[in-house]
Amino acid sequence: MSNSIRYLTRRLGFYSIAAWAALTLNFFIPRLMPGDPAAIIFARFRGKLTPEAMVALRETFGLTDGPLLIQYFSYIKSMFKGDLGVSIAYFPEPVANIISTGLLWTIFLAGTSLVISFIIGTLLGAIISWKRGGRLDSFLPPFLAFIGAFPYFWLAMLSLYIFGFKLEWFPLRHAYSDDVTVGLNIPFIFSSIYHAILPATTMVLVSLGGWMLSMRNTMITTLGSDYITLARAKGLSSWIVMLKYAARNAILPNFTGFGMALGFVLSGALLTEIIFSYPGQGYLLLQAVRSQDFPLMQGLFMTITLAVLAANWFVDIAILFLDPRTRK
Amino acid sequence: MNKNSILKRWGRGIIKNKKASFGIYFVSSLIGLSIFGPLFTLDPTAFLGTPLSPPSLEHFFGTNGQGQDVLSQTIAGARQTLLVAFTTGFFVVLVGAFIGGAAGYYGGKIDDFLSLIINVFLVMPGLPLMVILASWLPPGPLTLAGVLILTGWAWNARVIRSQMMSLKGRDFVLAAIISGESNTRIIFVEIMPRMLSLLASSFIGASIYAIGAQVGLEFLGLGDVSTVSWGTNLYWASNDLALLTGSWWTFVPTGLSIALISFSLTLINFGIDEVTNPRLISERNWKKQLPDNTLNNGVTPVVRKNG
Repeated sequence: MSNSIRYLTRRLGFYSIAAWAALTLNFFIPRLMPGDPAAIIFARFRGKLTPEAMVALRETFGLTDGPLLIQYFSYIKSMFKGDLGVSIAYFPEPVANIISTGLLWTIFLAGTSLVISFIIGTLLGAIISWKRGGRLDSFLPPFLAFIGAFPYFWLAMLSLYIFGFKLEWFPLRHAYSDDVTVGLNIPFIFSSIYHAILPATTMVLVSLGGWMLSMRNTMITTLGSDYITLARAKGLSSWIVMLKYAARNAILPNFTGFGMALGFVLSGALLTEIIFSYPGQGYLLLQAVRSQDFPLMQGLFMTITLAVLAANWFVDIAILFLDPRTRK
Repeated sequence: MNKNSILKRWGRGIIKNKKASFGIYFVSSLIGLSIFGPLFTLDPTAFLGTPLSPPSLEHFFGTNGQGQDVLSQTIAGARQTLLVAFTTGFFVVLVGAFIGGAAGYYGGKIDDFLSLIINVFLVMPGLPLMVILASWLPPGPLTLAGVLILTGWAWNARVIRSQMMSLKGRDFVLAAIISGESNTRIIFVEIMPRMLSLLASSFIGASIYAIGAQVGLEFLGLGDVSTVSWGTNLYWASNDLALLTGSWWTFVPTGLSIALISFSLTLINFGIDEVTNPRLISERNWKKQLPDNTLNNGVTPVVRKNG
């Protein structure tokens, strides 16, 4: 057991380094660019801030007159306090407040579509590898590769046009309808699921192929193992051999890939949210870009990175339980 | 077998391979169209007709919200998009080969350090990082390529590193070390040519990534919106409320072009894999000689060719 703990601490150490690297990038990027970052940021605030608020904001971003090192520490200190500055687009709301309102919607939408596409994709990969060269195996991979070639958000545009605008099966925008009250009540839950179906389906369709192909490839290697031949020789049913013997081992690389895919899927989810005017992080990102709201943009980068790192660590813990080799 | 005959065999195999030849045919005709097409089409930035008019004989793909011809815009947009994509693909492989190659070849402390950097870049979510970089830099194709290279190199570096580690222990490398060749020469002259198929498919994979990410960034409004590219076409389509006015023709041609070129590039990659992957080659040879489905039973086939 102590090995597992050592492994998890090592991973945690790595994620801390990654988080520190993201923080540092966030600090240095504005300073490496042409022009004076302070002038660019504060030009957008002109006439909005009181002098005291201006001083506080300068401290947050470390944009003081002191040497770079002092600026850096001032910035790190405010980040640790969870102070991400004040938004320009939603003035005078603090960035941290704005981001926290949208975070749950993004986790709900991106999280569910990621899990659904992982499950369906992995299962399909196992099935088509079983009947290799069969009808499903020669149809599905090229078909999903073709779907995967579309940008996420373009497929979202098309499905919104066909199913939302033309056929009116699904709502055109937002995460729930106006006539329900927010909270844990049945109409609200149904309304939010109904609103999530179309964006989630487009995201699942685009990302399905990757899971399926990697599962298929590891399954093919696994199917050549002796214990599979033995299981078949024992006369076990195909489904049991496929799912309980082969898929159980072949799924591990897919789990490792789960953490990696997270950042990628999230990027696609952000753009999909924009198309569906879904009130998550993507919608905020668009607002930030449109109004050159640098504090909001950098706050979004920080929170999204931290969320991805945390999710990766949970995947590490899950793998520890699933793969006995890591516990040795 | 020497290097040249392998290259010849791969070349012949790729031409004969159905997937790869379809992909090559389509990609090269699209590149040709993007170079010479704009000479024959209307001016993509001129106001030519009633905004948002549907496809007609005059404008085959209709007009967009600015009254510009969508067909000309789609053809003209290919130029910048493909240029940025292939430039990014090339540099992503170059950076990946340098960093991943060095990490895999030298090992030890150098590998620890370089792998740490690679993994940090891998785990960071790409889009938000691209957005802050692109929003601070002046908009344009150069910014796009730079941002895409910075966020995209790590995956290739990792793949090239592991390939380098497996090639490093081979006899020909040991022989080169003993005969006193320098490390740079061993990496670039002895080892890299043997990764050619990996480098080629990395280049194609990186170009596909660059098309998607670039279009996404421009769609957000982070490109130079006054130029014509596939991403800015979609940006304007969504800005001009293409969905709410039901003008599907402003975004469908561009999206289909993106999907078709990415799909063709993927097909080339499938083809390269089929032709150069020794396991798939031997499997194909077995399939020719054995009845159907024998290979699926998990037993090693034994066949005598003559008698």
